[in-house]
Amino acid sequence: MIEQGVQASTEQGILELFSSHAFLRGLSEQHRLMLASTARHFQAVPGEHLLREGDEARSFYLIQTGRAAIQIHRPGLGTVRLQTIGPGEIIGWSWIVPPYRWQFDAVAVTTVTGLALDAASLREKCTQDHELGYQLLKELLTVVSGRLSATRLQVLDLYK
Amino acid sequence: MTLSAMENVWLLPKPRLNDLIDLLRDDGFEVIGPQLDQGAIVYGPLRSANELPIGWSDRQAPGSYRLEKRNDDAYFGYAVGPHSWKKYLFPPLVRLWQIQRDGAGFVTKAVEPDPPKRALLGVRACELHAITVQDRTFMNRAGQWTDPIYAQARERLFIIAVECEQPGGTCFCTSMGTGPAVSPALPYDLSLTELDDAFLLRTGSEAGRKMRERSKLAPANEEQNAEGKRRVEAAARSMGRSLNVIEIRDLLHRNQEHPRWDNVAERCLACTNCTMVCPTCFCSSVEDVTDLGLESAERVRHWDSCFNPEFAQVHGGNFRTTIRGRYRQWLTHKFASWYDQFDVSGCVGCGRCITWCPVGIDVTEEIAAIRAADGAHMEAGK
Amino acid sequence: MNCCFSVGHEFIVPVGILARRYRAARTKVMTQALTTPELSQADVQPLLTPAFVRVREFVRETHDIFTLKIEPPKVNGKPFLIRPGQFNMLYLFGIGEVPISLSGDAEDPSVIVHTVRAVGSVTNALSRLQPGDMIGLRGPFGSNWPLAEARGHDVVLVSGGIGLMPLRPVVYHLLKHRKDFGRIVLLQGVRTPRDLLYPLEMEAWSHEPDVQVLVTVDAADATWTGRVGVVTTLFKDAVFAPARTMGMMCGPEVMMRFAQREFEKRGVPEDQLYVSLERNMQCAIGMCGHCQFGPSFVCLDGPVFRFDRIRRFWEVREA
Repeated sequence: MIEQGVQASTEQGILELFSSHAFLRGLSEQHRLMLASTARHFQAVPGEHLLREGDEARSFYLIQTGRAAIQIHRPGLGTVRLQTIGPGEIIGWSWIVPPYRWQFDAVAVTTVTGLALDAASLREKCTQDHELGYQLLKELLTVVSGRLSATRLQVLDLYK
Repeated sequence: MTLSAMENVWLLPKPRLNDLIDLLRDDGFEVIGPQLDQGAIVYGPLRSANELPIGWSDRQAPGSYRLEKRNDDAYFGYAVGPHSWKKYLFPPLVRLWQIQRDGAGFVTKAVEPDPPKRALLGVRACELHAITVQDRTFMNRAGQWTDPIYAQARERLFIIAVECEQPGGTCFCTSMGTGPAVSPALPYDLSLTELDDAFLLRTGSEAGRKMRERSKLAPANEEQNAEGKRRVEAAARSMGRSLNVIEIRDLLHRNQEHPRWDNVAERCLACTNCTMVCPTCFCSSVEDVTDLGLESAERVRHWDSCFNPEFAQVHGGNFRTTIRGRYRQWLTHKFASWYDQFDVSGCVGCGRCITWCPVGIDVTEEIAAIRAADGAHMEAGK
Repeated sequence: MNCCFSVGHEFIVPVGILARRYRAARTKVMTQALTTPELSQADVQPLLTPAFVRVREFVRETHDIFTLKIEPPKVNGKPFLIRPGQFNMLYLFGIGEVPISLSGDAEDPSVIVHTVRAVGSVTNALSRLQPGDMIGLRGPFGSNWPLAEARGHDVVLVSGGIGLMPLRPVVYHLLKHRKDFGRIVLLQGVRTPRDLLYPLEMEAWSHEPDVQVLVTVDAADATWTGRVGVVTTLFKDAVFAPARTMGMMCGPEVMMRFAQREFEKRGVPEDQLYVSLERNMQCAIGMCGHCQFGPSFVCLDGPVFRFDRIRRFWEVREA
């Protein structure tokens, strides 16, 4: 994963992305500022892992451009793509669920850019400021619930 | 004492019912009427009035039908049996077409229905209503479609209605507004009301008027007419069942998840009897039959029932796998959806489905139970 | 906004060539007003017995889906008119009869196009037809998509699997009368990449102005670079103006239930949503009773229903 150059990673750039990203739309300006201090720009090229199953969950990804896939490797059977994630969406919530290890792989399908928030400081800020923690979890739950519904529909194998 | 003659009501002495049958036969009609067969009163061809179940009646209750002798010689002193007239209009089994292979192509022969002219004798008010209900299914459907088999048989009917004086234990036509009196709006040619020694006769069509003229009948008098009226009114007061139909469509539509459906599903055998005896049920299936040499194929249509497990089956799925779902479909169709589809109730209150249900499920009781606990499904766990 | 999200298989063919070829082919098709008079029994050939017509062309679409191009029957000397959303009963001598939606251009009276998935005995037998073979046809039957009502609206089509077939005639109509409509959004979900239908056409459509074609698969391996996820996950990227949008859905009912909720979340009024339902259809004229859904006969009142009119029974089990 490539850290972007100094110019793009200015706080101004991060704040602009923060105010436009769908996931953060429900958060107050103050909470956004608190989160921005944990953020860095990232870029992943096709095939590059954002998360790897079993690794420590160190980042929370806000996707700005590109497409990534949540997937899992089945020994002897190859890799299955479970869902693709695109602009305005997020990747990874194991950073808030002990033992803070990724449960699946996430791989860039096309070049993916966005912000990576530092997991340790996120947890710390949420512990210190429960209002921030609540707002963040509420947004996360909306995402998780949507993905669970989608997964349940996938389980139905509707077009068999 | 002077008794003034009634206008438009004529007197047909009972022995002369045979003359009427003979006139109809002379005109080429096959006369069909009630008769005793295998312990029940059913409909079949009649050669003379003597073949009517004179002096017989029936005792009907949920799941029970017994013939019994009357202590008089009434010609029509019984309620309706397991047959309905629909078998003559909507045949239980009919060939729709035949296709013959012809070189690289095919020759199609649509079956040309050529049903006999039939005179139905003894059609009760509820049954006349049932015919008008089926007319809406099979003729000028949605302003577009007419089943030629039904339409031709229907067109060739001569209907002799009989007012009901002996309702059965499962009858509820007064609740449904379909009897026992024969309303002048109904499509009959002649209508009879039975007295001790004669019938009152009214005409309901041009064909009926001509038949009446040829029968050379005397007008009935006021007293005879009053006696007929009294008998039919008495019948209206002796229905075996009743049903509250106020807003019944919405009642059933809004109680699709009522616990009563689970209850009735435990009793219902899905045997299809109710749909077979119902005079308005119209479901059918087609089957294609091919000869072994693959030279010709034909399609037959037969009665089907929404209680059959494969009724709502499509490839790889079935929209109603449970008896609960199928019973509810039948009952809500009959008493609710029918209004949406045909602007009329699908039930005429004849009681056949109650009598012929082997486990005695009574639609009036089921609907009353739903009404008594309207919206019960909204209170889970109580 | 001119959004052209490409479908996920852009690597297969160079898009520009395809789109040009597609546009050229489209202009050749005869145009004809889509105002069919109300059908009467005399116009349907025939009511209870099939008319035999010739198969002109057989096209294999996927491993289990194929297209039949059929010679239209003459109906009392008049051209055979079928509207998008309607279906024909196709009969194969000695095998049986199945309802199949129109999946071709309703404004081209020279051919009837049906795309079929081989799943049962009749459809499997249909999959073995050759050009020149004769098949029986009754139709057209049923209701149609609300193309007149959709004028001046954005049109969002949501299809799952073979649900795309009955919606394809809508796309043809919208593109042919492009000025009459706002944005066109097609959301299509299929099971796996090998189940993708009409990929070349979809590609070409996606390059039309103000047309958005989003495709997703339910399951894929790592060689698939397109979207993975159920069709409802496409809504977040669909661009349309909810208040003046017509939504048309076709696919498994569970899929449509969830798609309808996505429309609801976006604020599309219920009377601007349409669904196409599947039931056991035998007579196709509302007389055999098999296809009932609540108080509706799917063959006669449907298969296309305005959502608010069937809402009451939409989530009722075994309705």
